[in-house]
Amino acid sequence: MAEIEIPYNSTNHPDTGVYNAKLGIWLFLASEVLFFGALFSSYILLRVGAGGTAGDWPLGADLLNVPLATFNTVVLISSSMTMVMSWASLKSGNFDAFQRYFGATIGLALLFLLVKGLEYYAEIFHQRYPSTSTFLATYYTMTGIHALHIIFGVAVNAYHFVSAKRLYAEEPERFTNRIEVAGLYWHFVDLVWIFLFPVLYLL
Amino acid sequence: MGELQATHAAAHEAHGDHAESFIRKYVFSTDHKVIGVQYGVTALVFLAVGFFLVLLMRWQLAYPEQPMPLLGGLFGNRMTDAGVMTPEFYNQLGAMHGTIMVFLGVVPLAVGAFGNYLVPLQVGAPDMAFPKLNMASYWLYFLGGIIMLASFFLPEGSARSGWTSYPPLAVLEPGGQTWWLIGMVLLINSSLLGSVNIIVTIVQLRAPGLQFMRLPFLVWAQLVTSFLLLLAFPPLEVAGFMQLLDRVAGTSFFMPTGLVVDGQAVAFSGGGNALLWQHLFWFLAHPEVYVLILPAMGIVGEIVANNTRKPLWGYKTLIYSVLFLGGMSFIVWAHHMFLTGMGTAISTFFQLTTMIISVPSIIILTVLIISLWGASIRFSTPMLFALAFIPMFGIGGLTGLPLGLSVADIHLHDTYYVIGHFHFVVAPGTLMALFAGIYYWYPKVTGRRMNDTLGRWHFWPTLIGLNGVFLPMFLVGMAGVSRRLYDGGTTYAHAQDVLWLNEVSTVASWLLAAAQVVFVINFFLSLRNGKKVEDNPWQATTLEWATTSPPLGHGNFASPVTVHRGPYEYSVPEASNDFSPQHQEST
Repeated sequence: MAEIEIPYNSTNHPDTGVYNAKLGIWLFLASEVLFFGALFSSYILLRVGAGGTAGDWPLGADLLNVPLATFNTVVLISSSMTMVMSWASLKSGNFDAFQRYFGATIGLALLFLLVKGLEYYAEIFHQRYPSTSTFLATYYTMTGIHALHIIFGVAVNAYHFVSAKRLYAEEPERFTNRIEVAGLYWHFVDLVWIFLFPVLYLL
Repeated sequence: MGELQATHAAAHEAHGDHAESFIRKYVFSTDHKVIGVQYGVTALVFLAVGFFLVLLMRWQLAYPEQPMPLLGGLFGNRMTDAGVMTPEFYNQLGAMHGTIMVFLGVVPLAVGAFGNYLVPLQVGAPDMAFPKLNMASYWLYFLGGIIMLASFFLPEGSARSGWTSYPPLAVLEPGGQTWWLIGMVLLINSSLLGSVNIIVTIVQLRAPGLQFMRLPFLVWAQLVTSFLLLLAFPPLEVAGFMQLLDRVAGTSFFMPTGLVVDGQAVAFSGGGNALLWQHLFWFLAHPEVYVLILPAMGIVGEIVANNTRKPLWGYKTLIYSVLFLGGMSFIVWAHHMFLTGMGTAISTFFQLTTMIISVPSIIILTVLIISLWGASIRFSTPMLFALAFIPMFGIGGLTGLPLGLSVADIHLHDTYYVIGHFHFVVAPGTLMALFAGIYYWYPKVTGRRMNDTLGRWHFWPTLIGLNGVFLPMFLVGMAGVSRRLYDGGTTYAHAQDVLWLNEVSTVASWLLAAAQVVFVINFFLSLRNGKKVEDNPWQATTLEWATTSPPLGHGNFASPVTVHRGPYEYSVPEASNDFSPQHQEST
């Protein structure tokens, strides 16, 4: 099809100081804040309605595996670090380092999903289903939606990992921007977990 | 113009090796103009479907227990009993009429069609910022719409718990509710992609010289609308997921402890909160009201300025009002819930914010009215619709005030008064403005004008029909007749004095239907037989008229445009014409 040139696709707008996709991803993340905000608000309302920890609301640590989740938290924070390192490597023109860090980001994300899957398996093995109690329903829903976000991030990153050479050769600047945008999304997904972990497992 | 087309043709020949196939160009297109038209046509079809559903309902309300003429036999034993619609079918019609009109008809037309087609043109951009996302947005909407429609054909029928889908009822209902939820999630994602696109386009892709305070009012309206869609829809998506899980995974997010249905305890763990759904739903659905009305106000602003040949009076006032309105619309939602026992402190807060939000709406109307002052008005067909919008929306808005006060709301809540109120906002209000927009920009899209005589034959019966349908509802509602009654109140003693008004509404709805036939005929006839127009048939000033009509292919403008002045410089003293287009350097 006839290609047309969209202004500020990969260069910064002089007034706003960002390129289009960067503004786009920040708007998307604003929408995501409201999305997870609604989830956390629902959690608060349901928990307050249940009468606090003394009532129908169990303590997360009694049902869930805190050490495993702590490990997972470390895994996810590490993946955020490798993500930003991969972008920084591209910025300084070191493509090999980018591939190493970016591959590590995907690997760590898969490790997170594996551990999360083990946790789910253990819960289901103990016959704790979403229908068992509202606490478990909340737990499965919040971590499940977060896991969907991780899977989406892995898919996006895997695409960029596989086609990195070609895209970088064609338009290095645009590819670097794409990694930055994917990184912003990835940091947000990590940030959500930083809130989910204490809320569900510790409080 | 011949020169422009020649350049364009030459450019096309140069790209001859990858000429666009029909499917690429008209079906899976990334051109915002094609997508805008796709949105518009699909939305008009859905509006027709939604209108058809309510015509069926209106028969039942006016003539309960009488077989539907002509159509009675069409729906089979599942939906009708000897030609009389069953209560279950009536509930399905009600739920789907609301859903289709709001989410598949009016919003896609106001934002998807007008936003997509006009925003890039009015800011002087070659396309939206993300053309592929734009295409994805349309197809998600299309898929969501198909799922909604398909649910009618399920063995148990479609969703039937109202467009609000309140649990626990919605969780316990069989059938199409699950499809409704899946359809909604698709529509929400569609509007998310669309709103990000519109905001980025407005912020990043404005032509040189087009400062924010030189943007047409419609662009401002679309900008605020997009922020509302971006930020208000996600909580409903969350709520949709949770209701879906309640239905398919047996969770109890919205299912309270100890719920008994038909003398039997329901098999849910309990511990949920039915009010939670209402909060999450109205957190979207109140801003949604402004999503319905703001683009309409924007369209009316454009048409009023053009047909009064004057700048809009109070352009900046309009913009600050629309910004304030957008912000406030996030903190008024619980005025839909005064009867849920939230407590007087919370009710007081939401009463106060509701009274405050009426102020900018009234300012906007006032600005539009004052803009008419002293003008020699061109009563073109679009202007007739735009002029009708002003008092019609006024009635809709003012009748909303008693509903925002909890004391009056105790009596009026969930009566036909509410139905009359919000239909006046959306039907005689927004729809009139959208018709105005269709007549006004039809020459831009097709290069031809719609027929003015047929336009008047569309306008007057529509105006009379809409008022005939909705004015009686205020009286029915004030008599205390509830909405969602299968028999329209026949079995209630307090409804007996106003039952005849049901028939008035129904007969008026037939007049309304007849008028829309005129519109459909005009719409298609003018494609072929409409009067050909030059590039700027309305002598307008904004940038969409700076290119050819219809605009040349993907890319909009033959050469980049530069903006030299504000959007509505009509009748500038000492200028050679009574309009000074934004892109012309000298007047």
